Amino acid sequence: MRSSVFFLICVAVAAGVFGAARFIGNDYVFFAGYVVLQFIVLAQAWNILGGYTGYVNFGSAAFFALGAYTSVFFHKSYPLPIPLLMALGGIVSGLAGLGMGYLALRLRGAFFAIATLAFAVVLQTLVVNWNYLGGARGAYVIRPESVWLIGNYVHYLFFLMLALAVLSITTARTIERSRLGYGFATIRDDELAAEACGVPTLRLKLIATTLSGAFMGMAGAPFPYYIGYVQPAAAFGLDYAVNSIAMPMIGGTTTWIGPLVGAILVAGLQQWATVTISSELGLLVVGLLLVGFVIVAPSGIVGLVRNYLSSPSPPPRVARKSEPADAP
Amino acid sequence: MSVPLLEVTNLGKRFGGFVALDGIDLSVGRGERVGLIGPNGSGKSTLVNCICGTLANDSGTVRFDGELIDRLKTHERTRRGIARSFQLPRPFASLTVAENLKVPMLYTVDARAGTRLSAAELEARGADLLRLVGLADKAAQRPRDLTQVEMRKLELARAMAAEPQLLIADESMAGLSQVEVADIVALLIKLNERGVTIIMIEHIMRAVMRFSQRLVVLVSGAKIADGAPEEIIRDPDVERAYLGQ
Repeated sequence: MRSSVFFLICVAVAAGVFGAARFIGNDYVFFAGYVVLQFIVLAQAWNILGGYTGYVNFGSAAFFALGAYTSVFFHKSYPLPIPLLMALGGIVSGLAGLGMGYLALRLRGAFFAIATLAFAVVLQTLVVNWNYLGGARGAYVIRPESVWLIGNYVHYLFFLMLALAVLSITTARTIERSRLGYGFATIRDDELAAEACGVPTLRLKLIATTLSGAFMGMAGAPFPYYIGYVQPAAAFGLDYAVNSIAMPMIGGTTTWIGPLVGAILVAGLQQWATVTISSELGLLVVGLLLVGFVIVAPSGIVGLVRNYLSSPSPPPRVARKSEPADAP
Repeated sequence: MSVPLLEVTNLGKRFGGFVALDGIDLSVGRGERVGLIGPNGSGKSTLVNCICGTLANDSGTVRFDGELIDRLKTHERTRRGIARSFQLPRPFASLTVAENLKVPMLYTVDARAGTRLSAAELEARGADLLRLVGLADKAAQRPRDLTQVEMRKLELARAMAAEPQLLIADESMAGLSQVEVADIVALLIKLNERGVTIIMIEHIMRAVMRFSQRLVVLVSGAKIADGAPEEIIRDPDVERAYLGQ
């Protein structure tokens, strides 16, 4: 299927989701749905680097927070419409991804992962000590009550996150089927062999860190407007780092479907647990699911389904000699 | 006099205090079939890594097609026309056999030509190479489903997919049976007949003698002999290096 056709199908599905949410008419659907959509974007973004090229990023929260604090900065200095803030958050986080990639991509495996974690810590320290952004106290962002055409502002934020989710899914799928996707796969499989085949591995990894960072930043930009009050502990929260890794791993990392399925399943479960049992249970749900999948299905739900579909069907049962051929 | 395809001059490489390559000079002409031999630890793979750009040489120069390529990265050297196969096969495990061949075509042939090969062209070129190495019926399989000899053939086919001028086959026959060794030698000769210059690194002397038009011997990071195979195997220095005093 061509990418343009796939994009149009995604837009149609998104329109259906938005229409259905409006039809239900319960604001909680928009609040919870926003979080699920935000994690779809984060999971796709993480997967572009971690899944496609095999470089595990523990610093997702830093890119997300960078997007959120870009919004806070502009909200205080020069208020702009949210779509523009999302674009700016994407640019800032994308550039941060490029910079981090340039410094850290000569490392591999656990060393790269630790470097991304260190990047998040450095950035959080910077924000905590930057008074203009609210420092450790945090910053209030008072969102408007309503917006033209859509009405309720939370509905508007949901709509924007839905559009971003469509964009991230389409981008991930397009990459997967492109020359870039083959390059990413070779980096994941064997970097030395990739270079020997003419793949400019460093350049491709920088593209991956930039794209991944940009999408995370875009996902973080509307966050202050959604939550109304942003503080470093929330924006740099452990749940963003853990969820954005766990969701693709649970869904499957080699394809765009994996992060989508993982995010819907895990974020949906977390929202359900928050409402029915306790909000503290969210990370426990992720932890248990992750441990379970690592043991039972290391290639995620998509891998599990693929293995099931590609496994040869059992041979037809042959009647034993002692058994009459027409026995039931 | 025509410019040699590969010209290595006074190449040196150290790992800490260990001298892996000590002033190697090597010149390879177009269309040649060169065998590179030497005991374990003699510097053969280090030399290949320095030529291909996997390792940076400490001293000396590497010229390819008359151009200095010392500062180029591995993928840039591949695009210039140097391809290699690895001692231990390193296929892209998540891609099919056909897709393994597609990668060098997308990243080397396309980049060199400055155009994009169409999907049909990619498929046709891949199918041609798979036929040449005898893997045509394995195109849709994953490398994990291949036998050892098939894996070696895939390695060579993938190197050839980059349409190189120079192919360096690093111990492509290690661990194979006599029949399989003969199969790979025949394949390398066939590739050479297509106009590709080949340097073969190998321990299996029967294969080396059958394949090589010229033999180069390395011992302890230094070149001790370079010439016709029949003369080289009678060289007292080579005998001493292999069999001891």
